[in-house]
Amino acid sequence: MQRKHTRKSSSFHMTLARKKIVWAYIFLAIPIVFFAYIRIYPTFFAFQMSLHDYNPLAAEQPFVGFENYEKVYEELSKRKSTTKAAFRNTISYVALGVPIQLFLALAIALMLNEIRFMSTLYRILFFLPFVTSTIAIAWVFRMLYQPRFGLFNIILQLLSLPQQPFLTRPQQALPSVLALVIWQGMGFAVIIFLAGLKQIPRTYYEAAEVDGASRWHTFRFITLPLLNPSIVYLLVLQTISFLRMFAPVIAMTEQGRGGPLDSTVTVVLQTYREAFQSFNMGYASSLTVVLFAMILGVTIIQLSVTSRRIN
Amino acid sequence: MRKLLAILALGVIVLSLGAVAGAQDDMVEIEYWQYNFGARVDAMNMLIEQFEAENPGIKVVHNSDIPYADFRTELAASAPAGVGPDVVTLFYGWIPAFVDAGYLVPLPEDPFSEEFILETFSPMVANSKFEGSYWAIPTAVRSLALFWNKDIFEAAGLDPESPPATLDDVVEMALATTVYDGDMQDVLSITQQGHAPALASQDHHWFREVLIRQYGGAPYSDDGRTVTYNSEEGCAAFSWLAAFETEHVTGSNDILDGATNAFVNGESAIHVDGSFRVGTIARNNPDLNYGVAELPVGPNGEQHTFGSYWTHGITRRANDDPARLEAAVKFLQFITTPEAGTLWVNNVGELPAQLSAASDEMILADPILGPFSAGLAYSHATFFVDESAQRQVLIDAFDNIRLGGMDPCEALDEAAALEQELIDNFWADRE
Repeated sequence: MQRKHTRKSSSFHMTLARKKIVWAYIFLAIPIVFFAYIRIYPTFFAFQMSLHDYNPLAAEQPFVGFENYEKVYEELSKRKSTTKAAFRNTISYVALGVPIQLFLALAIALMLNEIRFMSTLYRILFFLPFVTSTIAIAWVFRMLYQPRFGLFNIILQLLSLPQQPFLTRPQQALPSVLALVIWQGMGFAVIIFLAGLKQIPRTYYEAAEVDGASRWHTFRFITLPLLNPSIVYLLVLQTISFLRMFAPVIAMTEQGRGGPLDSTVTVVLQTYREAFQSFNMGYASSLTVVLFAMILGVTIIQLSVTSRRIN
Repeated sequence: MRKLLAILALGVIVLSLGAVAGAQDDMVEIEYWQYNFGARVDAMNMLIEQFEAENPGIKVVHNSDIPYADFRTELAASAPAGVGPDVVTLFYGWIPAFVDAGYLVPLPEDPFSEEFILETFSPMVANSKFEGSYWAIPTAVRSLALFWNKDIFEAAGLDPESPPATLDDVVEMALATTVYDGDMQDVLSITQQGHAPALASQDHHWFREVLIRQYGGAPYSDDGRTVTYNSEEGCAAFSWLAAFETEHVTGSNDILDGATNAFVNGESAIHVDGSFRVGTIARNNPDLNYGVAELPVGPNGEQHTFGSYWTHGITRRANDDPARLEAAVKFLQFITTPEAGTLWVNNVGELPAQLSAASDEMILADPILGPFSAGLAYSHATFFVDESAQRQVLIDAFDNIRLGGMDPCEALDEAAALEQELIDNFWADRE
């Protein structure tokens, strides 16, 4: 009798636990279905579109096989083409943007980690740009960069330095856009680095001090290795975000074209223009698939190279 | 549970009532789309009100919430979803792309016969004829003219009532009205522009359809399929335009918030623009003391201007339903009458597309609209296969000269090759 009772009550508890799990799954299913429909399905649809001569205005979308990819290859082999410029610029944004941003963010995080007085205020100041609308910031910077009347040129003038054309010359446009993006995204990297620094046990530093290690050695052999997870995380995330750059360029260049002379255009901007201005959605989709492959490849390489365990 | 059933039952009753009501009247509802531009929206609302009063069986839903920059994107998004307009207003240069996609259907011979269109509409409307059919018809048309700032002219010692009449005058007067800060005569030191070439706004049209012809060349072959502007004449015309920035240093689109804004803000003396800019000035700087003149004549003494228009077409969607098609045709007919054109010119400032209304004496005598109206007689509209891409080609050619120091003839050769490729691709897909 006693035994039977126990079994009954335990099976009752099991069902309650199971019920909870079932309900959890039901509630989780809603965002999963949403995610699948809004994110995953369009991703596969883009693959499918890239195999068609896809004009959204047309009644029929003929299948063309890999013709769109052949066109990407053709455009990239030309001496000069917007698609080629888009890939070249995107690689420049990543190659310059990620290291500079992470280096600056780490330097700032190390300093913020030292200070106590008004440290919260400083953290807010560095984080604020990250939570501000990119488009709004881009437009403000566009004004700051103005020849003659922009703040930056006024400062140059006060310092008796020559006026700079910034966004209006191909040589300076890309670094000008990049400066804004680095600055805007830095706050996020700073916060991640600060969190990473807090994780490092103080005892390591105390031990190093006892051993008479220099500041550089402490940084090189304790801080840097133990920050590795943060660095890997940021490296992957920021690389992806620089590869997908779009909003600052469309907001900062004349009529959102990524000029002058294609000097700032990115793969995503070129995709947008092909898809919605020239209605070559098939070709645009093939560009996104190529970009997807790039992101996937870079991520896999970065993860395998940098995420080795540190002893 | 009982409550739920009651709600369901109520829902069924409401729905069936709705169905009955729907079946009872023969209202045909058509959708009309245009991009958001205050004056156009108001004018079209007036026309729709008149049209619905005359045609009680037709209701026109006016969608004008889409900003210009998103207009084609929204059309592209609506088409696969099976929704969208029955009658749509498009820039004439987009028509070939929309025809190519099968988005538009040809205008019916009745009432839009070729004879009727050629006889009553401005000649540039014939440009909408494509592969033997007319695909769109406008309410109003625009042309380019020369704007000059009378105050700046006076301050520079020029006669404020004598705008430049020849291309040489433009150079001379632009030089006389440019002001620099300090001794440096470079673009970044300019505080007041004489003339700033801006290919991204209207100057690519000025070059394509006006300057080349005035230098004795032609922009395209007669069938519009071959680019011919990379000729000796074309190069001379392009060099003349580029010299304002590279040689005379009288202005640049890079400074003073762009050439157009510079003129509107009273910081530029001479500017080439369309009739639609009159409204911008009235809104943003009503005190600007300016005048409008016909475009200056060229070295060969000829007058030309570029004409363009927003034009209305009937979509595949309307064509799917005979009742809606009939209503769409009626509506199209109503918004393209001379009366509609007159309403339009009074509210939007664009000239009526029908010649009888455009050559109205009131318009010709108007000091601002008159020069635009006079230009309609000698206007040309470019046949674009991809307007934004073709414009980009010339913008880049111009930037190659002023930013990359490229030779104008070489830059134009490169542009011609790129544009020819665009044109060839378009026709290759159609054949």
